[in-house]
Amino acid sequence: GMEGGVRPGPRICEGDCAVLKRDDVFKAVPVLRRRKIIFEKQWFYLDNAIGHIYGTTFEVTSGGNLQPKQEVEETITETKEAGTDNRNIVDDGKSQKLTHDDIKALKDKGIKGQEIVQQLIENSTTFRDKTEFAQDKYIKKKKKKYEAVITIVKPSTRILSTMYYAREPGKINHLRYDTLAQMLTLGNIRAGNKMIVMETCAGLVLGAVMERMGGYGSIIQMYPGGGPVRAATSCFGFPKLFFNNLHEFPLSKVDSLLSGTFSTETMPSEPEDNALVEEESNGFSDEKQTSLQEAEEESATETAMEINQTEEQETIDMNAEDVEFKENKEKENKENVREKQRKQWEKRKKLIEAAALLGEKNADGLIVASKFHPTPLLLTLLEFVAPSRPFVVYCQYKEPLLECYTKLRERGGVINLKLSETWLRNYQVLPDRSHPKLTMSGGGGYLLSGITVVLDKGKSDASNLEALKMEEPSSKRCKVQDLHC
Amino acid sequence: MSFVEYGDTIKDGDTAIVFLGHESMFPVKVQHGTVTQTKYGVIRHSTDLIGKKYGSKVTCSKGGWVFILHPTPELWTMNLPHRTQILYSTDISIITMMLELKPGSIVCESGTGSGSLSHAVIRTVAPTGHLYTVEFHQQRAEKAREEFREHGVEHLVTVTNQDVCKNGFGVSNIADAVFLDIPSPWEAIGHAKSALKAEGGRICSFSPCIEQVQRTCLAMEEYGFTEINTLEILLRVYNVRTISLQTPDLGKAAEDNSSTAFDSSNPSNQGSPCANLQQGTVQFKSGVPLREMVGHTGYLTFATKS
Repeated sequence: GMEGGVRPGPRICEGDCAVLKRDDVFKAVPVLRRRKIIFEKQWFYLDNAIGHIYGTTFEVTSGGNLQPKQEVEETITETKEAGTDNRNIVDDGKSQKLTHDDIKALKDKGIKGQEIVQQLIENSTTFRDKTEFAQDKYIKKKKKKYEAVITIVKPSTRILSTMYYAREPGKINHLRYDTLAQMLTLGNIRAGNKMIVMETCAGLVLGAVMERMGGYGSIIQMYPGGGPVRAATSCFGFPKLFFNNLHEFPLSKVDSLLSGTFSTETMPSEPEDNALVEEESNGFSDEKQTSLQEAEEESATETAMEINQTEEQETIDMNAEDVEFKENKEKENKENVREKQRKQWEKRKKLIEAAALLGEKNADGLIVASKFHPTPLLLTLLEFVAPSRPFVVYCQYKEPLLECYTKLRERGGVINLKLSETWLRNYQVLPDRSHPKLTMSGGGGYLLSGITVVLDKGKSDASNLEALKMEEPSSKRCKVQDLHC
Repeated sequence: MSFVEYGDTIKDGDTAIVFLGHESMFPVKVQHGTVTQTKYGVIRHSTDLIGKKYGSKVTCSKGGWVFILHPTPELWTMNLPHRTQILYSTDISIITMMLELKPGSIVCESGTGSGSLSHAVIRTVAPTGHLYTVEFHQQRAEKAREEFREHGVEHLVTVTNQDVCKNGFGVSNIADAVFLDIPSPWEAIGHAKSALKAEGGRICSFSPCIEQVQRTCLAMEEYGFTEINTLEILLRVYNVRTISLQTPDLGKAAEDNSSTAFDSSNPSNQGSPCANLQQGTVQFKSGVPLREMVGHTGYLTFATKS
C-alpha cells in the first residue's frame, strides 16, 4: 500500500487564530507574544506555545506560561476499596478534611493538580464508602477542577461552529452546528461552485462555505448595510488566495440589478462609518476584533495591529509650529487623499465585477442564513441561480419559512421543497453507565431547501398547476387564490 | 455533468435524475437511441434529453411532463440501487463536518456498501483529495468500482477488496479521516490509527447498537484517541399545510348581546388566523410533522488521533 512519511502536523505560528480547548469549552484567540489571555479562570501567555504542533496539550505554570503536558501514566489505584451503594452516606458537607486554606496552600506551593486530587481523595472520609462508579465520578470532577490542561487546536468549521453555538449563539441566529452541517451538504457546497451566500452569522457560514470550497470556484457574499461582517471568517485562518474569488455585493443594489438600473453612483457607506461596534467579542479579545474588521484586505493580523498603532502615534506627535513637519504633513495628507481615492476606485471596480458575476444568473447555489425575513431574500436572490441547482435557507423560526414555502410555490421554478430541522443528542458512553447526556439543545433552527428548475414565467396558471401537482395529493390541495389572510 | 462538477447541458453518457414530482424520482443513464418509460409516457434520450439544459421540463409521450435534474450525491443517495442498508444525507452531513472533510482530504472508509457515503465524500474531497474505500464483499466492491467509473470519479477513489479488520486500509500515516461502518469496528481501530496521519486525524464509527458503541469507545481509548464523543442525529420534516379548524358551537345566551364566545364577526378577530364567517372555521398555516419519522439510524462516535 501507499506509504506516507511521518509528517508532523501544522505548527502554531505567531499571528494565527488559534482555538483554546478545555474539555468542551472553546475560545478563539490571536496568537501574539506578551498578550495576556484569560481562559477558564486562568491567566497565561501564549509565547511558549509558538512552534508547537496544533493539538498539543499544555499546563499553565505558576508564572502564567504554557508548558507541554507530560504523558503521565495514570496512577491506577488497584483494587480500590469501595462500597456497594449510598444508603449510609450522609452529605453533611464535612467529609472533606482539607479546608479551602489547605488547598490554597498546596496550590501556592506549586503542587501539581494530580497531587492535589490525590490529597483530596486521601482526606475524604466518605471516599472509600462510595461505589466504584461514584469514586470514578468524584475523581473526574476533581481532576476537571484542579488539573487545568489546555489544548490548542486548529480552527475548523467543526470547532468554530461548536464554539459559537456554545458561547455566542445570538451572533449566529442560534444556528446549531448540525444544522450548519446539513446546509453545507444539502447545498452541495464543493470546490468549483459559484455560490451566493447571504448571512448575518458573523461570517461563520461564509467561512464554512469557503472551507468546503477549498479556494476553488467563487463566492458572492450579499450584505446588508455598509459592508459584510467577516469576524468569524478570519478565525478560520484561510490562505490569502482563498479571498481572491470572494466577492461582495450590497443587498441595497439588488433590485436595481434585477431591473437593469444598476449603477455605482451611490455607493454603500464605508464600513468604518457603520456601527460595526455592535459586533462585540466573538471569542477574540476586543481590540483584536475591531482591527481585524477594519483591515479586511490585509490578512496578516499583526500588520493590522501595527497600522492602528501608527495612526494613533501620528496624532500624538503632531506639532504644527514645525514648518518642515508641516510640509511633510501636507505631503502625507495628499497621499492619504490619493490612497482614499484609490480605495474608492478599487471598491467601485469590485462592485462592477460582482454585479457582472451576478448578472450572468448562473450561480450554482444559494445559501441564506440571516436575521432577516427569508421570503424577500429568496424571491430575489433565486433570480441569480441557474436551473437544477440546490438552495438552502436557514431561519431561527419555523413560521417565516412556512410563508417562504408558500410564496415559492406561487413563484414556481422550484421543486423538492423541504422544511426540516435536525434533532441532536449527545451520549455518555462508559461501561455499565451508557446513556444520553442529561441536557441537550432545545432547538437548532429550521431549514427550507429545494432545487431550482427552469422557470416558466409566461404561464403563471400553468406554473401554479405545476406547483400543485408537484406537492400535495389532490385531497389536500391548497387553494392558493383563497389564502388572503 | 459530473458528480464533482456542474455541467449545463445533458450529454450522452451522463447520469441524470428524472423528477416526476412529490419526491418521486429515479436515475437514468443518458444514451443515444434509448428510451425511458415513465408513468407520463416515454422519454426519448436523443431528442428529449441530449442537448437540453439541466432543470428543463420534458414532456413525455402521454402528455405529462417531468424535470431532468443534474445529479448530486444527495440525489444519488435518494435514488441509488441498494445493495446494503445505506447512510442518508442527515448522517452524512454531520459526518462530513465532524471529520473536517474538505478539498484535498485523504479519507479511508469501510465498508463501501452501496456507495452512498462514498459519493458524498468524493464530492467533498475533490479535486485534490482521495477516498480509499475497503469492501470485503467481492461483488459489492466490483459494483462500486463500476459505478465510480460510470460517474466519472474513478480518479478520486480506490476500492480495495479485503477485510479491514484483518488487513487494514492499504495505506499508512496519510489519512486525514477514517470512517467505519462495519459490524465490529473495535477490531479495526488499530488499523484506523495506522492509516491516519501522525497528528490531528479524525475517526468516526457508525453503529446501530449501543453495545457496539461501548466496545468501540473502549478500543478508541486504549489506542490513545482523544476527544471521544458519541451522538445521534435525526431529521424532522414538516409538511406545509393550510389548516381549517371548525369553531365549536357554544350556543348563545338568551337575549345576551355581548357573548363571551369567540366572535368571528368582530373586526379585531380578523387577520391571521383567518376567521371565516360562513363556515365557522379558522384557517392558519402550519408546519405539520409527518405521521412517522425515522427514529434511529445509528450512533456516531467521533475521536481525534493525538
